[in-house]
Amino acid sequence: MKKILSLFLLVWLIAFSLLYVTKTIESSKGYGGANTLTIYNWGDYIDPALIKKFEKETGFKVIYQTFDSNEAMMTKIAQGGTTFDVAVPSEYAISKMKEEGLLLPIDHSKIPNLRYIDKRFLDLSFDPGNEYSIPYFWGTVGIVYNRALLGGKEITSWNDLWDPSFKNQILLVDGAREIMGMALNSLHYSLNDTNKTHLQQAKQKLDALTPNVKAIVGDEIKMLLANEEAAIGIVWSGDAAEMMWENERLDYVIPKEGTNLWFDNMVIPKTAKNIEGAHQFINFMLDPKNAAQNAEYVGYSTPNKKALEYLPKEMVEDERFYPSEQLASKLEVYENLGKNMLAYYNELFLQFKMHRK
Amino acid sequence: MRRYAYAIPYWLWIGLFVVAPIILIIYYSFFDIEGHFSLVNYQTFFTPVYLRMTVNSFWYAFLITACSLLIAYPTAYLLTKTKHKQLWLLLIILPTWVNLLLKAYAFLGLFGTYGAVNALFETIGIGTKQLLFTDFSFVFVSVYIFIPFMILPIFNALEKLNPSLIDASRDLGASEWTTFRRVIFPLTLDGVKAGCQAVFIPSLSLFMLTRLIAGNRVITLGTAVEQHFLVTQNWGMGATIAVFLMIAMAGIMALTGNRKWGVRQ
Repeated sequence: MKKILSLFLLVWLIAFSLLYVTKTIESSKGYGGANTLTIYNWGDYIDPALIKKFEKETGFKVIYQTFDSNEAMMTKIAQGGTTFDVAVPSEYAISKMKEEGLLLPIDHSKIPNLRYIDKRFLDLSFDPGNEYSIPYFWGTVGIVYNRALLGGKEITSWNDLWDPSFKNQILLVDGAREIMGMALNSLHYSLNDTNKTHLQQAKQKLDALTPNVKAIVGDEIKMLLANEEAAIGIVWSGDAAEMMWENERLDYVIPKEGTNLWFDNMVIPKTAKNIEGAHQFINFMLDPKNAAQNAEYVGYSTPNKKALEYLPKEMVEDERFYPSEQLASKLEVYENLGKNMLAYYNELFLQFKMHRK
Repeated sequence: MRRYAYAIPYWLWIGLFVVAPIILIIYYSFFDIEGHFSLVNYQTFFTPVYLRMTVNSFWYAFLITACSLLIAYPTAYLLTKTKHKQLWLLLIILPTWVNLLLKAYAFLGLFGTYGAVNALFETIGIGTKQLLFTDFSFVFVSVYIFIPFMILPIFNALEKLNPSLIDASRDLGASEWTTFRRVIFPLTLDGVKAGCQAVFIPSLSLFMLTRLIAGNRVITLGTAVEQHFLVTQNWGMGATIAVFLMIAMAGIMALTGNRKWGVRQ
């Protein structure tokens, strides 16, 4: 008994001393102090050269930490153990974080470069007046397809997916908004439609797609499509870009009926200590030259209008990632439809999943 | 008095981690998505969508249990006849040390169009088949995951079986089959029941495998619970389904449990 007790005490002692050591190391390195800026972003989602440049220009020391899902990021910020000064959540996460009071308002007077952002991407329903968020990158939901497996067949629209020759060839991403949105768009309705007759129609249209659907999966969709498990996938453009790097036979298309427009945005979480530095960083990233450099490195679409001038022509003219004005006018951002409507969307999606071939 | 004092930790445990959660689930099931008290969730449950889902869940759970039993009983029987029982037993238990998700991902690779299994099919001339996202692969992987829980209780029951009973049966002229049917199987029935409980009950509420292996082509009550809690945030409906799952499980326990409760031995 005594032995156990002393062992127990020893473990506690070690644990506490380790805790103390990390604390002192952190503070000696200046974690969370006035001279450092902690950025919390997706992995490989910024050009490291820009961080160096920012450090040189402002004298701040940047600590770059990464997350791999909005949920993980939100939990960590809600816990508040680490002082993150800037984070980059997706738009649906922003409405949630706003509701939970996890964000600090952004002082627009400190971000003069905001004027370079395309007006289309400002003042959207998830954050009216951009009180809490500034767009970082954007993208769409669209169709990835394997040219070789389809034998040269072209896909240009949502309605092409109902082609009977694509039997058992389509992978869908497991998201009610995405898939219901696709069906609504294919019927030329808005993907924020709340008319129940329209939604029922969309669900029936989805049921008709069942023979072509191989599976409805989560993040595995990237791996499955890159491995040519299926020829067609409904995915986010960001995932599509990633897959296209891995497998050159894949191509991405924004369906001509229109689709969803999504954003990753810079925010200042309530854990921020260096609020001044956070504003400087956001402004720095909005500088057209920096934004262009970043977009070239990351490969996503930048919302910075002026930055497009500094990007290589073939990149800006790639309509898969910078859709033409005409197509862009058909893109819609998800509106917060309220709990009830969201439940209805999910209910219909569940029924579609249960529809057997 | 002291005797009761020793029991306090256990009562606390049961109260906090068994009774309280059940009460909470039942409590939540009476609230609609807006947080108003109502019976609407129970009404929704008795619509064709959820009833079909219930039937589906039971059907797949039954398939998984039946397949497990068919494989597990002979395995357990042979196991009792082997020399290095403990070693074989360890080998059977070993896979349960690996995380379930990891195993599921491994099957994604194995069963893929260009995976190892199809490569084998190709070389022996069967040709590539679609394995992933089928009912077959779903049942197969579930059986693979649950089978140790079926083998162990049956193995224990067989081990406890007094061998002289089998000898007696043979001495009295019973054939191998009759011995098995009339002596061995009835005496190991408790192990079979325990195994069936250990497999049927968790497979009733499987959810990750339905997405990873069955590609959401199999929708069970577990999938619906997950969706209601994580995506829709309709905790009431999720809780209602959980209540029905609990009722079903209690029913199964009663059905397969030992009837000795009421009867004094």
